[in-house]
Amino acid sequence: MAVLHSAPRFASNEGVLDSLSLALGSMLVSAKDEMGEVVLTVQRDRVEDALRLLRDLHQYQQLMEIAGADYPSRAERFEVVYMLLSLTKNHRVMVKVSAAENTPVPTVTTLWPVAGWLEREVFDMYGVVFAGNPDLRRILTDYGFEGHPFRKDFPLTGYVELRYSEEDKRVVYEPVKLAQDLRSFDFMSPWEGADYVLPGDEKAGTPPVAEAKVTESPKQTGAGAPAEAKSHEKVVPTAVKATDKAEPGAPDPTAKRDDRPADGAASDKAGSGPAPEGS
Amino acid sequence: MSGMTLERSPTTTGEAVDNYTINFGPQHPAAHGVLRMVMELDGEVIERVDPHVGLLHRGTEKLIEHKTYLQALPYFDRLDYCSPLCMEHSYVLAVEKLLNIEVPLRAQYLRVLFAELSRICNHMLNMGSHVMDVGAMTPNLWLFEIREDCMNFFERASGARMHAAWYRPGGVHQDVPLKLLTDIGDWLDTRLPQLFDDAMSLVVDNRIFKQRNVDIALVSRDDAIAWGFSGPMIRAAGIPWDLRKSQPYDVYDRMDFEVPVGTNSDCYDRFMVRVEEVRQSARIMKQCLREMPEGPIASTDRKVVPPKRAEMKSSMESLIHHFKLYTEGFHVPAGEVYVATESPKGEFGVYLVSDGSNKPYRCKIRPTAFSHLQAMDMMCKGHMLPDATAILGAIDVVFGECDR
Repeated sequence: MAVLHSAPRFASNEGVLDSLSLALGSMLVSAKDEMGEVVLTVQRDRVEDALRLLRDLHQYQQLMEIAGADYPSRAERFEVVYMLLSLTKNHRVMVKVSAAENTPVPTVTTLWPVAGWLEREVFDMYGVVFAGNPDLRRILTDYGFEGHPFRKDFPLTGYVELRYSEEDKRVVYEPVKLAQDLRSFDFMSPWEGADYVLPGDEKAGTPPVAEAKVTESPKQTGAGAPAEAKSHEKVVPTAVKATDKAEPGAPDPTAKRDDRPADGAASDKAGSGPAPEGS
Repeated sequence: MSGMTLERSPTTTGEAVDNYTINFGPQHPAAHGVLRMVMELDGEVIERVDPHVGLLHRGTEKLIEHKTYLQALPYFDRLDYCSPLCMEHSYVLAVEKLLNIEVPLRAQYLRVLFAELSRICNHMLNMGSHVMDVGAMTPNLWLFEIREDCMNFFERASGARMHAAWYRPGGVHQDVPLKLLTDIGDWLDTRLPQLFDDAMSLVVDNRIFKQRNVDIALVSRDDAIAWGFSGPMIRAAGIPWDLRKSQPYDVYDRMDFEVPVGTNSDCYDRFMVRVEEVRQSARIMKQCLREMPEGPIASTDRKVVPPKRAEMKSSMESLIHHFKLYTEGFHVPAGEVYVATESPKGEFGVYLVSDGSNKPYRCKIRPTAFSHLQAMDMMCKGHMLPDATAILGAIDVVFGECDR
């Protein structure tokens, strides 16, 4: 496919996939070159060896980023993606491993000190454990946070909210209470994206009835005997009775009203109003 | 406190002096936002630094997964709020790479022009606060004058001073008036060099400024590579690595500019690299203004870029496209890309995974400050406490971006 976009243009991917696949050998699980990105999936246990090989023998000197991703439908639901950059070859590759909650990924802090925080972040957000990372604490979430917020099954609103409590004189954590439901609009076109039954469509499957039910007379409305008895009477609207006495309307805004103080300012002076705060 | 070294203090009459731990931040004016650094000090010498980040974590990446591609864009302004348009740049390029959509030349020029204006704007804030962190007040105020001008230009282009949301997948949101371009040209010729050179004349050869920055936080080339440095931090280490040059995006390959590098890899070099970058940015902007062609400012692919309002008044097709793009949004082919651009602070990357729907499946943001801050411990070790502010200033951290 011809390249039309104007995204960063690094050195050509041509031949990279083959040469790196050959070099990784048995460590490689799969490899692809799509959308201008070379993605190498390697075995989880061998990721440190694979990255060392790419760093030392194939000039991918810099580890720019480690990204996690969650695919709950897979057997090993997490993906850990290492973005490598070669300053000398001016090229980028992605190296991937898959992991589950209980399968630790070997750390690469032995190769790049920068991996320390990057692995901490993936651990914090997804709960992927990195075996050998000397300092695998949470990093972005709150002190004492529970759960792994970027998992797909973690709700967008989270589970707790915090506020400053005037009584306790400290910040308190409480379960999330939403004043309004979280709006999650579904704008997917029903002809293309919807994988659910559209409202009303559930009736489409029910078989048609043998005899259509009709209501030909008021007797058949099912309102009961009193209604049936009166069903022939004509209903006459009751006329509005005219009285000679005028109905009281709303008072004129400027009208003088005895039950109210004549002047707002005067009542303030008398001190009947609420005292201003802090006085 | 186990593992502490007890030593005889030379200044007192023999009592043992312990190492002690202090909190630097999270409410410290030199912490550039909400950074908490737990520092272990031996007297005034830093033994260990443990930066605690995440106090500004807002879950941007998770929020983006629940928004359409267009709705996700304004979140990027709020990452590095000192250079919002450069944040958008990585994102729109990532979306365009997945879509493989062509961007008209004028839009590419406009993006480069405003990315460089953002760079100047960002460096003004960083250099000013860096100078202020080490004791000088005046240059900061003068540099803010320039920053104010930049903000006015952003406002005239997009309507917003900071959170522009002006870059869009496929181009930019609106064309700019000719008067704005001529005003930017005049500004580049008159006000910018005058104000900037005035401010720099107070700083670059200043004895106090040099005493506070030269030979502070020396980082070798190998360390800079291993710690994932990018941007001015890696260039100060003497590595001429600039994504605008090596992996050009938009029309950077047509631009004629130099990449400044440092020789000593200290805080002073990092500052001076930024000083020169401002001049080079001005040069790129002038070239943009000279060469910018007329033409459309966004792709004419109506499945991605909404039509103009005037068009909608007469065309049913346009009305449908507009409605669909602002409700459902456009669909992006399934795939994954990592797109990194040279933001003023370094490599700002977006790892975008699409599952073929109208929302990103995963959007990982690669912040620059995250890697740099991690090296604080390495850089601060053995320096005095006040040097930590100079080191932090030279890193150029913004926590909107670091914590996401």
